[in-house]
Amino acid sequence: MRVTVTVNGEQRRADDVWEGESLLFLLRERLGLPGSKNACEQGECGSCTVYLDDVPVCSCLVAAGQVQDREVRTVEGLAEGDRLDPVQEAFVEAGAVQCGFCTPGLVVAAHDLLDRVPRPSDPEIREALAGNLCRCTGYEKILDAVRLAAARR
Amino acid sequence: MSLTPAELTSSVTGGIGTSPQRPDGNLKVRGEFAYASDLWHEDMIWGSTLRSPHPYARIVSIDLTEALEVPGVYAVLTHEDVPGANLYGLEHKDQPVLAVDVVRYQGEAVALVGADHPETATRAMKRIKVEYEVLEPVVDMETAADDTPLHPGGNLVRHVPIRRGGQAPTADVVVTGRYEVGMQDQAFLGPESGLAVPAEDGGVDLYIATQWLHVDQGQVASALGMPLDKVRLTLSGVGGAFGGREDLSMQVHACMLALHTRKPVKMVYNREESFYGHVHRHPAVLHYEHGATNDGKLVYVKARIFLDGGAYASSTGAVVANAATLGVGPYEVDNVTIDCYGVYTNNPPCGAMRGFGAVQAGFAYESQMDKLADALGMDPVDVRIANAMTEGSVMPTGQVVDSAAPVAQLLKLVKDKPLPPVSTTLDLRSMPGGVSNTTHGEGVVRGIGYAVGIKNVCFSEGYDDYSTARVRVQVINGELVALAHTAACEVGQGLVTIMQQIVRTELGVQRVTILPMDTSIGNGGSTSASRQTYVTGGAVKAACAAVRDKLAKLAGGRDLSEVDLVELLGDDVVDETVEWRHRATEPLDPETGQGNAHVQYGFAAHRAVVDVDVELGLVKVVELDCAQDVGNALNPQAVLGQIQGGSAQGLGLAVMEEIQTSGGKVRNPSFTDYLIPTVLDMPPMSIDVLELADPNAPYGVRGVGEPPTISSTPAIVAAIRAATGLALTRVPVRPEHITGT
Ligand code: FES
Ligand code: FES
Repeated sequence: MRVTVTVNGEQRRADDVWEGESLLFLLRERLGLPGSKNACEQGECGSCTVYLDDVPVCSCLVAAGQVQDREVRTVEGLAEGDRLDPVQEAFVEAGAVQCGFCTPGLVVAAHDLLDRVPRPSDPEIREALAGNLCRCTGYEKILDAVRLAAARR
Repeated sequence: MSLTPAELTSSVTGGIGTSPQRPDGNLKVRGEFAYASDLWHEDMIWGSTLRSPHPYARIVSIDLTEALEVPGVYAVLTHEDVPGANLYGLEHKDQPVLAVDVVRYQGEAVALVGADHPETATRAMKRIKVEYEVLEPVVDMETAADDTPLHPGGNLVRHVPIRRGGQAPTADVVVTGRYEVGMQDQAFLGPESGLAVPAEDGGVDLYIATQWLHVDQGQVASALGMPLDKVRLTLSGVGGAFGGREDLSMQVHACMLALHTRKPVKMVYNREESFYGHVHRHPAVLHYEHGATNDGKLVYVKARIFLDGGAYASSTGAVVANAATLGVGPYEVDNVTIDCYGVYTNNPPCGAMRGFGAVQAGFAYESQMDKLADALGMDPVDVRIANAMTEGSVMPTGQVVDSAAPVAQLLKLVKDKPLPPVSTTLDLRSMPGGVSNTTHGEGVVRGIGYAVGIKNVCFSEGYDDYSTARVRVQVINGELVALAHTAACEVGQGLVTIMQQIVRTELGVQRVTILPMDTSIGNGGSTSASRQTYVTGGAVKAACAAVRDKLAKLAGGRDLSEVDLVELLGDDVVDETVEWRHRATEPLDPETGQGNAHVQYGFAAHRAVVDVDVELGLVKVVELDCAQDVGNALNPQAVLGQIQGGSAQGLGLAVMEEIQTSGGKVRNPSFTDYLIPTVLDMPPMSIDVLELADPNAPYGVRGVGEPPTISSTPAIVAAIRAATGLALTRVPVRPEHITGT
């Protein structure tokens, strides 16, 4: 099948997409956008989080066919040119990035949180990021990064 | 996207002792850092692995006919297609690249498919007909040595005895215990993956996520029957490791497919396959007996420790040595009798995971220290301090601890921290069970527990442990710039940042480029045993010194600090490569376990505060505080990151993480059923970092990554015991252990 979708503001098209392919596979393997990660492909880790029509979703759980004519925004679409989004900047500064495999998903999830709740409390941050696993950091510096980004926005 | 990772340049300044930003940080937050699973090549195909569904079976026949007929399939390979030696392994070459006539664990690789799409490969794999004769698996680590031999030499991989002091001591107070540690998984988030590209010279280029390029290279070349120079490895982005990438996974498989099809081959495991595709932390059964005087001084420790190595040896031998030599913990004990056994079974293979043998022993000896405190009516911290080792103490191996060992100080630091208040807000999110709304505070009991641990740093037992570094300086656009190159793997820990910091400090150059890590330079050693800052850091420092010597020669004896280096160098390039090794160690005596086997020791202590819903058996870790000596914090932010991350993995082992097996079969190979801590499970941590320099180590550093993983688990379990009054002799502690149902 053919899928036409707007990704990071650009109209994109993919041909010969298989029925069973996920949005994550479409992005990573067909559209050259491997930023969204594939840590579980089962909806358990959040590393594949993207915006679908402004709502964060696990792209591994969305069938590629379902995004026809819709809008997707991935981690690659957050920075403006060389200028990082404040959330991205805070992740680097706070030391919230080690291996970084969780980072794209966490950055999108934190970006969404701060859009909805500009000054989140710690429990609110924890709740919002509870679907994003990180194996390296123990989350302390991820919390620091979100607090820092919130303070700056 | 290019297959070769980006050179990492960063204009952020900062030498050692500061916390400059990671040079790969921007790429990572933008989603532009190329992990091994992100690689793409024109014309590439996908590789998949057919694995055994049985823990132990004879292969009667394999029929590939139908699989080869699937449109889009390029190759289906079996052991007959392994061009070189079909056995590999880190310490013993005992594991086939592809199974020949027997499979020894569920998930063992049997055949490979190369196809145009992962789905095609899956369909083809379903059409491979393997006939198995299922055999009775060996699964009990305590009896395995006397059971059906799974390998030619029997099922005992290694026995390390330790005999020190009197072997028939008596004591006023004796406590005994049997402890169990479940099988933990590294659960790195970036799955095993890589891309193999056949080269014009008949060799192969492999882009791979690993912990040790050169050992991979040697094993791949041997399996392919090729000279080393025909097998070239480049490190791709690595999504965490924690020991799980020390052994080969898809390296040989991808290369075989690439050489066979003459096409680039990408392999990416999914999460379920990842659980089968790498070794885990050894499950353990540990029998301990501690004898002490009435005032709490340890007289003796006796232990029998069993570690389940699973189907293949991997690094079991070294794990056994660690559990044995570190088996009494950071305490002074004159009389020690330890026997530690690593065995083969038909359970999943086990090998390296952060803490490496010291974790299993740590849970047992710290549980024993609490039991001893209880028997003596003493405070658990006091009994530990009464026996705490210090600089100059003697290990059970006879080795003298010859740098700082601030065990008592670390314990005092965590003990003296203010305690978190008992939650009065009734915020469900701070309750055991969280927003599942299982309690509003009724049935919730608080407990506090302590633990301290010891870990060896660097490779031990006489291993020639070194790293190679190349540093080059030149003038570009009127600016003095440096470049550093090693084969030491960056897996997330921040080695690339440390390398830049060292070059800045040593050479006063601000712009430092880190070249991609690959096998075009000499061995960098393994990213394990908390050793890279020490050993590769030492190598980079030494290479900088060699560069400085060259510059001094150019300067003709003038003091370099007074020379304009830009002018001095002009169009010249100074480029120096050095091999650097830490001080030598000795093998252990095979009868007595005596010998100066370790390079350095690291110590950390934890205090855990937990709330337990004693009716439902749910645990909320409220706070987890840590004190650790790191010798010299070259990058304080990264040091904290290691302590936080290591403590989180210890928390996972304490209350949730276990690969559950039955009859050798894994019951929970997914993140749905194998739980790792989320941000809701991790409590705030207050951390004290001591910097007591080790005079033997470059900059005085002490390995950081592993010690916090050791003490975190027993501290949390001690806290749960304090809350519940239960003995709790097994980790992870599950709700039913608390409720008794
Ligand atoms: S990859 Fe989608 S949730 Fe894990
Ligand atoms: S930084 Fe490695 S998983 Fe989060």
